[in-house]
Amino acid sequence: MAHLKIGFPRALFYYLYYPFWYTFFTELGCQVVISQPTNQYNLNLGVAEAVNDACLPIKLYHGHVAELKEKVDVMFMPRMVKVRKMETEVFCPKFLGLPDMVRNSVADLPQIIDEKIDLSKGRYPLWHVCKNVAEGIEQKGFTVRRAYQKAQKCQVKFNNYLTMGIEAQAAIDAAIAGQNPLQPQKYETDCNLAILGYPYLIYDTFVNAGLFERLGRMGIKPWTVEMVPPDRLEAQAKYLPKSLFWHFSNRTMRATFYYLHEQRVDGIIHLTAFGCGPDAMVDKLMELEAKHTGRMPFLTLSLDEQTGEAGIYTRIEAFVDMLRYRRKNHENIFSHHR
Amino acid sequence: MKISFPIIGNSYIAFKQLINDLGHEPIVAPMPTARTMSLGTKYSPEFACIPFKILLGTYLEAIEMGAEVIVTSGGHGPCRAGYYGILQQKIIEDLGHDTKIIIFDSFAKTYKDFISKLSWLLKTGKKSWWQLYQAFKPAWMKLKALDEIEIYSHHVRPYEINSGETTKAYRKCLEIMDEPVSKQQIREAKEVCLEMLKEIPQDSSRNPLKIGVIGEIYVLIEPFANLDLQATLGEMGVYSERSMNLFHWLTENTKMSHHEKAIIESAQPYLRQKIGGHGINSIGETVMYAQQDFDGVIQLAPFSCIPEIVAKGILPQVSHDHGIPVMTIFLDEMMGKAGMQTRLEAFVDLLQQKRDLKFA
Repeated sequence: MAHLKIGFPRALFYYLYYPFWYTFFTELGCQVVISQPTNQYNLNLGVAEAVNDACLPIKLYHGHVAELKEKVDVMFMPRMVKVRKMETEVFCPKFLGLPDMVRNSVADLPQIIDEKIDLSKGRYPLWHVCKNVAEGIEQKGFTVRRAYQKAQKCQVKFNNYLTMGIEAQAAIDAAIAGQNPLQPQKYETDCNLAILGYPYLIYDTFVNAGLFERLGRMGIKPWTVEMVPPDRLEAQAKYLPKSLFWHFSNRTMRATFYYLHEQRVDGIIHLTAFGCGPDAMVDKLMELEAKHTGRMPFLTLSLDEQTGEAGIYTRIEAFVDMLRYRRKNHENIFSHHR
Repeated sequence: MKISFPIIGNSYIAFKQLINDLGHEPIVAPMPTARTMSLGTKYSPEFACIPFKILLGTYLEAIEMGAEVIVTSGGHGPCRAGYYGILQQKIIEDLGHDTKIIIFDSFAKTYKDFISKLSWLLKTGKKSWWQLYQAFKPAWMKLKALDEIEIYSHHVRPYEINSGETTKAYRKCLEIMDEPVSKQQIREAKEVCLEMLKEIPQDSSRNPLKIGVIGEIYVLIEPFANLDLQATLGEMGVYSERSMNLFHWLTENTKMSHHEKAIIESAQPYLRQKIGGHGINSIGETVMYAQQDFDGVIQLAPFSCIPEIVAKGILPQVSHDHGIPVMTIFLDEMMGKAGMQTRLEAFVDLLQQKRDLKFA
């Protein structure tokens, strides 16, 4: 089964876990095919295929699958359940039901690998997942073991790049090519903003209309969830009476506490998708925490398939203008720059 | 201590008694109204689901009435309902009230916490564990009786000759059920109520359409949230059965019954993973209603409810495979009665045509 074409939609968990699966499948002699970066074409496909009440990222996932379905032999749509050894922390219910949703909405799909990824139990859970996935494409033995080890190494490298503040796409490219990442373009910045939210909104440059580049040109240095050192992120768990149930939400919430308490940023922008279930909770929690911890300026930006570039930037510009105005009048508020 | 609790359907009658028997003063928030909704909506996150908003509204109204403590249930996700209490507590604090919300999470997962909260309630009410046991039994019975009465009213309504009579009788039943205290009295009151409903003039020659109502538990049970869907259907001459009642849900969650197993098995071909809330139930129940020869299924869900959105995405396939029409109604604070009525009428008309064709 050499050169089996494996489809990997460029959406949702792509932005955090792609290097692992790319290396794994490539080492097994498969060819990994990814969809195009999000554009109007696969957005339209997604809007047409997915259930209308779904949020934008889920619609996009449908779109990416629809775009890929004729180009590949196998579609890789893992069922993300748990990635940590915690009893109550899972992914959003839409992730849990994702393969079933897609299977029942998109017609004429190729073979599907919808292995359940539940890393909460047993020893070496990820290895067992990999073994099952490999069995699905008729591979076993030592090659799988080696592919698994290489994939893990690649993923570690990728995670380090993210912590260094490299944007996800650049980090993915660098990690799978085994090269040093391109340094992001340097801008003159006078303002630090935490841009928090889920990776599939933060790093999808189509959905957020090239947010990072634009922020740079506006003289703003963005800080993301992934840029918080992992151990420091975990340490923030103590601030909530009960952990949230969703993996990405916990990360976002903890990053919020981190940036609030470190006081390295001048404001927080929460990027959310219209109709996102977990974010209804997270957003209010963030708002209340920002208000009660040093009155940190806070802005929620809600994205949907109608969002225009102008709308986003008008709001960000207004927000940043207020921050700068505030600084001019109260010099002491903004003093924590790196 | 003045203790309040969430309003869901007619269960307040039983909870009121329980809190009273535990030596506290029960504060029953007024039945939800437009005011409740606007209070709740004002202070809730925009995309919180409608149960969150209604509950926050009732809590705020209970606080106006002097509630010092609100007792509610928790959960362990991934449905958002498990986090309601914590966020509502933060919102209430932010509004400057010092009312505390006591959240009872699953006994199996947090039994120490569960027991300590319970013993706090007993200590402040000056009651013993034995008295709790004594108080619990009649309240439990009342809850069950209330469910039985409600279910029976839905059986009667499509056959009633004078439209609206069942609803009137049912309201009287709730008043009757509010009175009794002991187990014997509750048993008698239940009989009186069932008899009263039975005596409503009925036309048994009718063969009403049968619709299964599935979806998220709060909007299924609370008539204010679903704009009294089942009564509306009944008065249109349609027999409806709801997939969930509070009593069933409680027995299921305390592992006293295992009805859910069959539902989850029925859902297997379409959804292989529990997705929180009642998402998988919605799929399984649709399959089961189809097997029981129901004419159609209505899915009720709060706007932005995650598990029900997943279910909605899968239901067209179920509907296609089993030949059972499904209509989804997402409820939010903007929903109006007329809009609902129009959609129901259209759906019922289609079901009637389908049935006529089958027998033609």
